[in-house]
This record gives sequence, structure tokens and C-alpha cells, in this order.
Amino acid sequence: MSELNRLTIAEARDALASGDLTSVDLTEACLSAIDAAGALNAFVHHTPQMARQMAEAADRRLRTGEAAPMTGIPVGIKDVFCVKGVPAQAASRILEGFTPEYESTVTRNLWDAGAVMLGKLNQDEFAMGSTNEASCYGRVVNPWKGADGQELTPGGSSGGSAAAVAADLCLAATGTDTGGSIRQPAAFTGTVGLRPTYGRVSRWGVIAYASSLDQAGPMTKTVRDAAIMLGAMASVDPQDSTSADFPVPDYEALLTGDIRGKKIGIPREYRIEGMPDDIASLWQMGADMLRDAGAEIVDISLPHTKYALPAYYVIAPAEASSNLARYDGVRYGRRARLGQGDGIVEMYEKTRAEGFGPEVQRRIMIGTYVLSAGFYDAYYNRARKVRALIKRDFDNAYADGVDAILAPTTPSAAFPLGAMDNADPVQMYLQDVFTVTLNLAGLPGISVPVGQDRQGLPLGLQLIGRPFEEGDLMNQAMVLERAAGFVAKPERWW
Amino acid sequence: MSITEDEARKVAHLARIAVVDAQLPALARELSGILHFMEQLNEVDVDGIEPMTGVTPMRLKRREDVVTSGGMQDKILSNAPDAREGFFAVPKVVE
Repeated sequence: MSELNRLTIAEARDALASGDLTSVDLTEACLSAIDAAGALNAFVHHTPQMARQMAEAADRRLRTGEAAPMTGIPVGIKDVFCVKGVPAQAASRILEGFTPEYESTVTRNLWDAGAVMLGKLNQDEFAMGSTNEASCYGRVVNPWKGADGQELTPGGSSGGSAAAVAADLCLAATGTDTGGSIRQPAAFTGTVGLRPTYGRVSRWGVIAYASSLDQAGPMTKTVRDAAIMLGAMASVDPQDSTSADFPVPDYEALLTGDIRGKKIGIPREYRIEGMPDDIASLWQMGADMLRDAGAEIVDISLPHTKYALPAYYVIAPAEASSNLARYDGVRYGRRARLGQGDGIVEMYEKTRAEGFGPEVQRRIMIGTYVLSAGFYDAYYNRARKVRALIKRDFDNAYADGVDAILAPTTPSAAFPLGAMDNADPVQMYLQDVFTVTLNLAGLPGISVPVGQDRQGLPLGLQLIGRPFEEGDLMNQAMVLERAAGFVAKPERWW
Repeated sequence: MSITEDEARKVAHLARIAVVDAQLPALARELSGILHFMEQLNEVDVDGIEPMTGVTPMRLKRREDVVTSGGMQDKILSNAPDAREGFFAVPKVVE
């Protein structure tokens, strides 16, 4: 087997189980690929020693016959997850030097299943951003290039994860999705990204952005791999009070490939003005594929869709301003150098001014404003009421018998790095127009690569599912994946 | 609704982020732009709608009120920028 790093989780698992492959060889292939891919800037903390030890342990476990589906599978971890003894900065200067003394539940679950840690992946600072340019480690470059050879954004905030999976630096990676941060980068890189139902995956040990919206999920090469990896990541966790008390099913067993009789909704409000032809025809093509597989395609209405973006950009910054209050230069991370006579307030203000990047500062201040006396009702409470209406739209659709909803993941393909440099912040927020709705409603969603635009760049469609029905959702996604037959890979230039 | 420079200064202080005076006009402009975008929410009829707090239809979990962890002072202090004699150290707070 050549280029072992190009394997999917399912392929590697089968080869590991039959003894045709060792985790040590597989891990070495990934470590070499990572070393050769510095130009992508996807991996920001390398843990080769840890990887080799874990791979050896996995091989021993495989020999005893007590392996789990992720045993011996090398993965990358988004910087936002705490892994004991490995720096975790959420790509922020304010967490410089922070080395967690504890393990996130997601990574604990992955290591317990025998997965192998390759290192930490780049992201937008505190998961706020849609281009992966807002990072203290510098931007991530998309392995895909445009027709003119320009360097493109991999999307964000899980841009390092998406780039690493697309470039075969790891078999899969973890991501987090607060407003689209798993699905948008997956769509920009021709990979699969699943955001589970809120409460399905524990938030313990995941550096918080907006706690009522944050959810971790797998970023993989195939839908089957997403099913395998979600099974390893998800759990019922007493350390997260919003963790749902439902047992984790065998997701892979639910991938039957049969979606006959399923009702797939096409929301008319997602047909936004100025949608590129490539995206509109991709969407139509996706609907046709699902219909050909025996699903019933129905038009539906989600009337409050238009208000999801402004509601999100009130609620998420409000929660962020509260969550990020903990970075005060006292307990961990960076403290600014203080001047003669500076007191504690100057310490806070200087530390936070030099520790947070511009987008994070902006969101903290917007959040502070909408929560301040006199504006709380006008902005924050109103946004929370609109959020209730957005969720009701979905509840109504599902009550009418719709099983899943099909929509584009993004309003465009990947665009050049730097394209947003002089844009209004709101311009960048518009990237999330199709993705934020389901975060507000707490629903699961998956982006699947379905086609390419005229430049040859990947385009994705997302399916939005019923709460805690990830198995059903991934089954539909797998049917779409098979019908689309997306096999293109970025040409290697790095 | 637009934000004045004075309001921008006040927000920055509430957020404990130092902003130099020269940056206040740009900050006020940016915040105003974002707030303007949010004003679309005023078009929505929200009469009689309860503000949503969480998406999961369940009561927040409670655990027994017992000590489950502790005795790890060194771990807790290990990441502090300034820790002395078992405490976090900060600039003088009271004269």
C-alpha cells in the first residue's frame, strides 16, 4: 500500500484488523506528510513522540483482538480542544504558554478508543471567523488552488482541520461548529463535516466561544468515516450539564443506503438573491440525486431564515463576552507588561488589548453592548425571541413529516486569502448565511462535497436533520455522496 | 442606532479592553455598522414569544452537592503568569 496517509478511516480500520497494516506505519506516513506540508500551516503544535507511543500501544491492542473502530487511526485535533500536556491556545495570543492539566472529554473518548494524536490544528482565534486568517499562528492555506493559482482560504473557523484532511495529513480531524465552522470549511476543501445535535458531544474541555451554540464534530474524507468518528467522540458526560442522556447508537450500522420514502425539504427562503449559478444548479442536482434514490422532494418554508444571521450575531457575541471574561491575565496565559503604578484594571485592559485579535475584540465589545443596561431587552432578549421562532420553523417542518432539509452549505466556493481584508465585518458574517440557522435551533447538519465550480473548486451541499437522528442524516448524506461521486483531490503543490 | 465615541469608550472599558483615543472613531463606526445590521430584528413580530435559553428540551442536570475533586493547587497554579506561595499574584488592589 502506497501513501497510507490517503486512506479513509474505514479502509485503514479494515487493513489494521486484518494485519495488513500497522498503526506505526500509518502514523509515520501521516507524520511525513505533515512535515512536508508546512506551506499549508495546518498543524501548529506537533506531537510526533506522543503519536508514535500511541501508535505502538494501538498495535499491541490490535494484536489482542480488543480493538475499537478508531484504534490505531491517526487524527488531528483542533487547537480549541484541551489535550493534557499539549499547548492549547484556541489560536489566541492571550493563551500563549497555556498547557492544560486536563483532557477534554472528546479527546479522552478518542484516546480511549485507541486513536492516535498527531498534533494541534490551526483555526480562527476562539473559533470566531470564516477564513482562518484570524489566527495568532498565521493563516491556513487551502490545498485547493484557483484556476489562476491564487492562494485560497480553507474557510473557518476549523480551517486547519479541513485543510489537513483534504491534503491527507491525517485520516480525520476534530472540529467545532458554532455558526458553521465545521461545514463551511468542509465545503471549501471537498471534505465531509458533521455538526452533531447540540448536546450529543460533550463540551467539557473545549475552549468556549458561545456555549448555547458550540458543538464539536468530526471532519473526515467520507460520510462513513464521519459515522465511525462520531461514534467515538459522542458520549453522555456528567461533566457537561447540557450533555444529552441518550445512548450513542452504532452510527455506521445505520448507513443502509436506503432512503426510499424519506421526505427531503427544500426551503424556499434559502434561494437568496445573487446566488451564483454554480450553487443554484448544484442544489437542484442534489435534489434530483435524492429523488432518484427514492426520496420525496418537497418545497418547504422556514419563514424566519432571514433573521438567523442578525440573531446569531447578537447571541454569539453576548455569550462570548461572558465566556471570554475569564482571560484576565491572572490564572493562565499571557499577562501584559505593566507600567509603573499600573493597577489591576490596567492589567486587565492591557492584557486583553494585546492578547485578543481585532475580530475577537469586536465580538466581545458587541456582546458587552447588547448585554448592557438599557440594551438588554432591545437586542439580546429580542434576538432570543427570534431564535425561538427560528427553531419553531424547523419544528413545524419536521412535524409536517419532513425527514431532512437540503440546502447549499456556502454562498460561494473558496475565495482568495485577503479578499476580506478591507471588507466590512458584516460582509464576512454573510458567509454563515446558510449555516447559522441550525446552530440556533440546535440541529445536526452535514456538508458533503457534491460538485465543482467552473474553476474546479469543490462545492458542498448540506443536509439538516432531526434532533439526535444523526444516523438517519448520515445515511441520507451517504446516498448523496455516492450519487455525486466526488473523487477530485487538490493537486499537490505544497 | 449609532454609537458615539463616548459610548465606544464606555463599552471598551466595560469589556476591559484598552483602546487608545485615536482608535475610538473607527471602533464606533464598526460597532454602529454591526448594530445597524442587527436592527433587522425589529421587523419581527415577537409578541408573546418566550426568549429561548437552551435548545435541548430538558431540565439542566443537577449533581449531588458533594466534593468530587480538589487537592490540586499546584496544577491550578501551574499556568499562572505570576503565582507565589500558593496564590495567584496580581498588582496591588487596595492601598
